[in-house]
Amino acid sequence: MSNQTGPLLSVRDLKTHFVMDEGIVKAVDGVSFDVYRGQVFGIVGESGCGKTVTMKSILRIVEHPGKIVHGQMLLSREGRDGSGGEDSVNLARLDPKGKEMRSIRGAEIALIPQEPMASFSPVHTIGDQIIETIRLHQAIDKKGARKSALRLLMDVGIPMPERRLEAYSWQLSGGLRQRAIIAMALSCSPRLLIADEPTTAVDVTTQAQVLRLLRQLQKDRNAAIIFITHDLGVIAQIAEYVMVMYLGLVMERGPVDDIFHEPKHPYTQALLRSIPSVNSAPRVDLPTISGSIPHPFNKPPGCPFHPRCGRRIPGTCDVRTPALQAVGERQWVSCFLYHDGEVAVP
Amino acid sequence: MNNDKTPLLEVKNLCKYFPIQKGSFKKIVGNVRAVDDISFFVNEGETLGLVGESGCGKTTTSRCILRAMAPTSGEMLFRTKEGRVVDLAKLDRSEIRPLRQQMQMIFQDPYGSLNPRMTLFEIVGEPLLVNGMRSRKERTDRVAELLHLVGLRPEYMPRFPHAFSGGQRQRIGIARALSVNPRLVVADEPISALDVSVQAQILNLLLDLQTRLSLTYLFVAHNLGVVKHICDRVAVMYVGKLVEMAKTDALYHSPRHPYTAALMAAVPVADPRVQTGNVELKGEVPSPANPPSGCYFHPRCAHASDVCRTRMPVFREIDPGHFVACHRAEEIELAGIA
Repeated sequence: MSNQTGPLLSVRDLKTHFVMDEGIVKAVDGVSFDVYRGQVFGIVGESGCGKTVTMKSILRIVEHPGKIVHGQMLLSREGRDGSGGEDSVNLARLDPKGKEMRSIRGAEIALIPQEPMASFSPVHTIGDQIIETIRLHQAIDKKGARKSALRLLMDVGIPMPERRLEAYSWQLSGGLRQRAIIAMALSCSPRLLIADEPTTAVDVTTQAQVLRLLRQLQKDRNAAIIFITHDLGVIAQIAEYVMVMYLGLVMERGPVDDIFHEPKHPYTQALLRSIPSVNSAPRVDLPTISGSIPHPFNKPPGCPFHPRCGRRIPGTCDVRTPALQAVGERQWVSCFLYHDGEVAVP
Repeated sequence: MNNDKTPLLEVKNLCKYFPIQKGSFKKIVGNVRAVDDISFFVNEGETLGLVGESGCGKTTTSRCILRAMAPTSGEMLFRTKEGRVVDLAKLDRSEIRPLRQQMQMIFQDPYGSLNPRMTLFEIVGEPLLVNGMRSRKERTDRVAELLHLVGLRPEYMPRFPHAFSGGQRQRIGIARALSVNPRLVVADEPISALDVSVQAQILNLLLDLQTRLSLTYLFVAHNLGVVKHICDRVAVMYVGKLVEMAKTDALYHSPRHPYTAALMAAVPVADPRVQTGNVELKGEVPSPANPPSGCYFHPRCAHASDVCRTRMPVFREIDPGHFVACHRAEEIELAGIA
């Protein structure tokens, strides 16, 4: 752990809301976390939990009705070559289309998107697209950029990189395309890499390859990775620190071992119990979480999980929203079961 | 290939090729061998899992069985309710239609598989109407019964699918499939589009329905954890071929085909203390239009020898009930899941 220096990215009470005619969707509603250098920070949650909107907020690419209404996102700029003096920049304050944000996006913070097919232009070659990214952020001639593009393709383990530079995205297989997108994300040596479900669209054996590659790259480059997924298996294998989200709120966060072996929040516990694994007993009824995820327009009051929670405290959970509470050295949970003193009063 | 039980469905040498056409005269220049000479059986009352990576032909196989497409060659022997054995591959449209009552399908995408302009009553009741249940009263009763069976309230009948969540929609799809009392249910990735917290509910429902209605499932999936949970036997496909088929326990604990072992090793386990993915499978799945020589798996196989490069292995019974297509199955030691 490289905790001796401050966090690379520090998000405080981030709220991203979508104001629509039908009502306000509070996609992210008060999320705080720190990401350190060299750390793989996992965000796990089901659909509608706000994991993708969190990612989009950091990159400032939230689409139209969405707006960051509160909070700050401090990106540390220490140790950056040619640093302009200031220690950190609040991403929430920047103009999303402004010069500064555009110099950060893609260069300091890069994204590995979910759909490698949709992320490349089908009418330009892979090489041209990577070279374009490099030249956008670095003063370098075409030849030099081509050289670094070649290197990148080699780094991510693409065979015959010279030929692949001339290839179009649709000529590559799913695994190679995913590698190419990783190469593009790495092209400006970002300090923070955001991977949004990078293995959801690929097969298990390709997934294993991609995870291995990311682990390797992270070690080599000492970049921080925010890894977003709904797959608990993947998160257990790659992340160091895990944040569990549900309906726009952080339910629990902590070191990966604590989350999987000492989960504190009823939601985390129930989620872990309900997945059939290759090691569990076959053909017995799985413990389920009753009900389904509510629609974002009628989010329940109080703790968003209380209607489905087996351990809810009537009169408390359905009225007030619990705050994040430290339950261990690095583990935090937002649940009234861990709020001493407050529970007794119904 | 026979057990003590009589198989409900026996597939023999099933092939499905898609021609590759070129030029203005649509000359056939090759074939995509989506399903290439596979044989398996499904016993009455059991669940057979069909697993493999995308493009391996598992969906094509299930669609051939339901005759959503006509197979190129091969036999699919189905034992009907009356005890007759018919070859589904040879039947024409009018003959297959009454049999469809006995074979139904549950689809992967609960958002795409329900007509948004039809109410629940119309969706679940349509198969009944098609199969001759004319009285609206009778149909209403049956739909109510079905909705109750899958854990939905009968009052939902006049509503449209958009009012329901993914898990509830999948329940509607299951009710529709069960409306005509099928015996064989083909479930093509029935839970992969659902949220993790809802998947367990649908799995439990499928298991419960199987015991209550003595259904036979052909369960197509790529999630090995789910397959282990629900299936009695599992068949593994790779580039249009079956590579291994065995009882679930045998397959997971002592796989005999290197591909099965690699597939198991690639599954990320939801436990940070167990490191998985250490054995990496090199390369990519070959295209079924242009498969490699010999055993299709040999370019990626750590155990490949000369014979694997030249000769296609036969799908044979290596232990009672354990089938494998590998030249070296006897010699090599493979690790399963502990």
